[in-house]
Amino acid sequence: MDSAANLVAQVRNITHAYKTVHALDGVSLEIPGGRMVGLLGPDGVGKSTLLGLLAGARKLQHGTVQVLGGDMASSRHRRAVGPHIAYMPQGLGKNLYQELSIRENLDFFGKLFGQDAAERKARIDRLTTATGLHPFLDRPAGKLSGGMKQKLGLCCALIHDPDFLILDEPTTGVDPLSRRQFWELIDAIRTERPAMAVLVSTAYMDEAERFDWLVAMDAGKILSTGTPSELKEQTGTDNIEAAFIQLLPENERDSRDELKIPPLEKQDGTPAIVAKGLTRRFGDFTAVDQVSFEIQRGEIFGFLGSNGCGKTTTMKMLTGLLPASEGEAFLFGNPVDAKDLETRKRVGFMSQSFSLYGELTVVQNLKLHARLFHLTPERTDERISELTTRFGLRHHMYQLASALPLGMRQRLSLAVAIIHEPEMLILDEPTSGVDPVARDEFWELLIDLSRQDRVTIFISTHFMNEALRCDRISLMHDGQVLVYDEPEHLVEAKGAATLEEAFIGYIEAAIGEKTEDQGNMAAPLTKTPAQVNAIPDRTTRPLHGFSSTRLLAYSYREIKEVIRDPVRLAFAFLGSAILLIVIAYGISTDVEDLTYAAFDLDKTPQSRAYLSNLSGSRYFLERPDLTSKDDLERQLKANKITLAIEIPPGFGRALKKGGTPTISAWIDGANTVRAGTIEAYVSGGHNVYLTELIREAGGDAAKAQRAAIEPRYRYNPSFESIYAIGPSSPALLLLLFPAVLMAVSVAREKEIGTITNFYVTPTNRLEFLVGKQLPYILIGVGNFIILTLLVVLVLQVPLKGSFLALLAGATLYIAATTGWGLLISALTRSQVAAVFATAILSMLPTMQFSGFIRPVSSLEPTSQFIGSLWPTTYYMHLSVGAYTKGLGFADLASDLFALAAFIPVFIFLAALVLKKQEA
Amino acid sequence: MRTWINIFWLGTKEFRSVFSDMIMLALIIWSFTFAIYEHASAIGETVNNASIAFVDEDRSNLSRQLRSALYPPYFQTPQLIEASSIDHVMDQDRFMFVVVIPPDFEADIRKGRQPGIQVNIDATAVEQASLGAGYIQNILLDEVNRFVARSDEEAALPVNLVIRRAFNPNGTQKWFQAITALLDQLSMLTIVLTGAALIREREHGTIEHLLVMPLTAFQIVMAKVWANGLVILTAFTLSIYFVVERSLDVPIAGSHALLLFGTTVYLFAAAAIGIFLGTIARTMAQFALLMMMTIIPMNMLSGGMTPIESQPEIVQYFTWFLPSRHYMSFAQAVVFRGADLEIVWPQFLTVAALGFTFFTASLALFRRSITVSK
Repeated sequence: MDSAANLVAQVRNITHAYKTVHALDGVSLEIPGGRMVGLLGPDGVGKSTLLGLLAGARKLQHGTVQVLGGDMASSRHRRAVGPHIAYMPQGLGKNLYQELSIRENLDFFGKLFGQDAAERKARIDRLTTATGLHPFLDRPAGKLSGGMKQKLGLCCALIHDPDFLILDEPTTGVDPLSRRQFWELIDAIRTERPAMAVLVSTAYMDEAERFDWLVAMDAGKILSTGTPSELKEQTGTDNIEAAFIQLLPENERDSRDELKIPPLEKQDGTPAIVAKGLTRRFGDFTAVDQVSFEIQRGEIFGFLGSNGCGKTTTMKMLTGLLPASEGEAFLFGNPVDAKDLETRKRVGFMSQSFSLYGELTVVQNLKLHARLFHLTPERTDERISELTTRFGLRHHMYQLASALPLGMRQRLSLAVAIIHEPEMLILDEPTSGVDPVARDEFWELLIDLSRQDRVTIFISTHFMNEALRCDRISLMHDGQVLVYDEPEHLVEAKGAATLEEAFIGYIEAAIGEKTEDQGNMAAPLTKTPAQVNAIPDRTTRPLHGFSSTRLLAYSYREIKEVIRDPVRLAFAFLGSAILLIVIAYGISTDVEDLTYAAFDLDKTPQSRAYLSNLSGSRYFLERPDLTSKDDLERQLKANKITLAIEIPPGFGRALKKGGTPTISAWIDGANTVRAGTIEAYVSGGHNVYLTELIREAGGDAAKAQRAAIEPRYRYNPSFESIYAIGPSSPALLLLLFPAVLMAVSVAREKEIGTITNFYVTPTNRLEFLVGKQLPYILIGVGNFIILTLLVVLVLQVPLKGSFLALLAGATLYIAATTGWGLLISALTRSQVAAVFATAILSMLPTMQFSGFIRPVSSLEPTSQFIGSLWPTTYYMHLSVGAYTKGLGFADLASDLFALAAFIPVFIFLAALVLKKQEA
Repeated sequence: MRTWINIFWLGTKEFRSVFSDMIMLALIIWSFTFAIYEHASAIGETVNNASIAFVDEDRSNLSRQLRSALYPPYFQTPQLIEASSIDHVMDQDRFMFVVVIPPDFEADIRKGRQPGIQVNIDATAVEQASLGAGYIQNILLDEVNRFVARSDEEAALPVNLVIRRAFNPNGTQKWFQAITALLDQLSMLTIVLTGAALIREREHGTIEHLLVMPLTAFQIVMAKVWANGLVILTAFTLSIYFVVERSLDVPIAGSHALLLFGTTVYLFAAAAIGIFLGTIARTMAQFALLMMMTIIPMNMLSGGMTPIESQPEIVQYFTWFLPSRHYMSFAQAVVFRGADLEIVWPQFLTVAALGFTFFTASLALFRRSITVSK
């Protein structure tokens, strides 16, 4: 066979673990070049991990991986070969940007590989013509069917003419017709570029025959390698599925014979499920269109169709999760009603996405559900022991559900769904991604439930062999049920050899009517002369080092995405504007309308004269006189008054005699800041009184005031807090909003998986970070302009200094605050954590330690230190300076420098923390 | 009865979710310890460490005496500067106050000519500026009087004023700040925790699973409220005991039980707001923005930064709908004034009513929010 030089990849003794679970366990493998290699095995055996390592998307833990003649552990080699590898991760359209159109997606990938506009156009035209996507160039990826998504994913992978194409389960969840078209497309590409090596993983054993060479994997180990015929020969079987089962270790093999399905005993009575003309629309998109069917009790009813054809939506309508736009549905003869709890007790449901609580153990999950269905404790124990035995979960009782292998999780989901012995089961793709053995076992359980316990089962699936086991099946395509009948009848009616062929026939007939979604296989992939000129050889293009094209590609894409989320956009601009108004009017340090009461034990003209000093003041509101010391205390305690003045008996007499009577003022000290202000007001009033007293006595007023204090309130002569709050508030808002938006934006890519594009394309960290940051800086600056207009026009705080200096400061500040958002998002893995961390870590220093309300210089040392390390401090200072002090560039230089210094620090730290590979 | 059993068991699941999320736990601990401690002890005195400079054109004994009368911790040690640089240093924010003592000041005082002392105040630091200016005025006048009294005997002032502060005799800043800080963290964490719990469950698809079981929206929401509320209540109680009472030395005048009871009611209201936001937001990004829009006014306008009576009337109508405002006045009353239920029941009722309103609103929106999440 091939010599070592012909190997595209070589893997030696690699082991890869996620926490304690071993995904790969000492795998060694040589993958020949120029061939189509299939990686065969059920989900969760390490296929994706192996592919991720080969693509350089995952970080190598142990062993060596050589791809295209170099070591993938070396980042230099990864950079060098990166442009020659294309990687399409698992999951329908997982690395696509759902809001972007087909053209925009392809354009983005083209830019990442440094192609110019003309070249991109030529390539996009060629690829989309060949895949039949050309008529839909402007349709957003999120609105494509599963098959079209996978074709687009393939186009994105092929845009840079890779030498090594890695596809992770490209056909999972795709309808049979699209699947066939997909493989034809791959064949066409290989005819054109025979040198290209293709490595594909799949869980469909029936696809294995089309590969030149196979790698069978199970439980993190390689079972065997060879051509399909070699494998069959080796195991003495006639198909790959049987061969695979033979390759499994003895104890994992299904020892039983072919699955036997006892015939369904016809039952009379009302059908278990009836759907009549069910329709569901989302906006102008019709997901389910006039679906009708009847399912008898005890029947196993299969629901087939590609992802996104409306299966899940139909099921949701049956369970009452989604109200139908039109039509009606009945369960056990009762109309479906979201409020009907009694019917729900008779139904068990298992949703497509894994719906167990991963943070609970197997037994906790079962117990929780038993309790929610109000099983008695004895019955609960009985059921749990019964189900765990029957489903083989005995040995996993105390494991966390999230730590179980996929097959086990599916069993647990089913166990949870039937713990209350329902009469009906609704199962949404329960076996997707489960290995053939586990799938057979799962079906055994289902058949058992149906035939022995008379449970009606409504199940959706992609697998043809599962469809054959159903009593009746229906095929759904594009929101409509094409046919429904017994599987054998369908095959006969179409005159086809297999159910798959029959389905393809039905779908083609349906598409023929609509003339849509048809791949143009006839279009030549071979370049026409004109295209050859437009498409330069990629080897001449340098892809290393920093590229502003790539950086801007990320920015452009981000802008498109934000624009298509109007809610986010509106909040980003209006939210801060509304808050500015609320804060500016609400925060006021002008203490007014203070309630006070007098406790006058003297009641002479002299005592009244003293009190009139307060009652005349605009700061104080008088309350009825106090009657006793108790009253005084009570009123203070109840917050009825904030100040009480106690005038002792004999005050007037003592004053006339020239004695020195003492007046007491009681201030509510709970709010210390307010108490300080009141204290100042009271002593001020007292001084005024004294001066008056001396003047009245005919004395020289000057004797009382030896010197005159002449206060000059600079920058804010009327001394209103709005002149301080107005310029300061934007500083708070321009930190919190941009930082949170930024943090969520990166965390979201991590969560939905598009971050893979950053891992496997020649993008470097700075291009990614700064590219994503630029749009948010733009949004922030737009925000700044709105806020400035509000401050000047609505709050009427004039901008006395240089607007340009303020704008420069704001731009630097927003670059720093989005940088902070980047840093947080680099540190966190989920959007929840990113939001949580940004809010909690930013709020305190921004609100308390940055000079809002209290100058930083008057804080205690630790807080002052934190404040000095926080960008808001400098921008707040700059903003107040520019607005009220009329400062320009020269005077604000130190703040501008300080703000500028934050930017590289945050971005550098974020780049340091952000990994270029997955763990 | 079955309803409450369901709520109980669903709640235990919420607990497990919170405790399995290390980042969340770390942030909760950080918020209720370090953040509260730092926030509370950030400010020493009402006027603290204020920067001040003198332009002394007299250079007499008296002017030197005036300078030394202003000392830490209220003021930084006064710096001497030239008259010509006043504008510059104030523009640069180097000094908050600049006192100008004119030539022949001491001589004029002796002659009883009542000379003026100019005090330049940076009025952009509003609160510190007004209080500080008052302090400076009193201190300088006292000093002048003392100087005159020594050289020229004069009768004492005819009336004495004794100012006493109730509930916080020394005016210790951190008492008040500790309560404000606690409230800020309480609102923020409760809202984020409950809102995120709902959104996460929706993103993972487990909420649909719950909705096809014989459970009502009320049960699902209530379980989130009590479980997440209890986590925060526990953190709050520990924080009151260890951080506020022990570390920060803030005495609690009223009953602890009443404080906890009131906090429980407030947590219900805050958790209801969190759920409410979780039901209107379609994505995490939207939730984050909504949360900011809610928490910032809740914390800034609760009365911790500005007393409610100082807010313009229009704003007061708006803040009446913030449960945090009523809780703030409740907490101040109990912690400082030692108020009992007889005094604080109106706040109690208002918080409960607001909580109930948000709770009902989120129930009404609950199912709708699941269906649009597709």
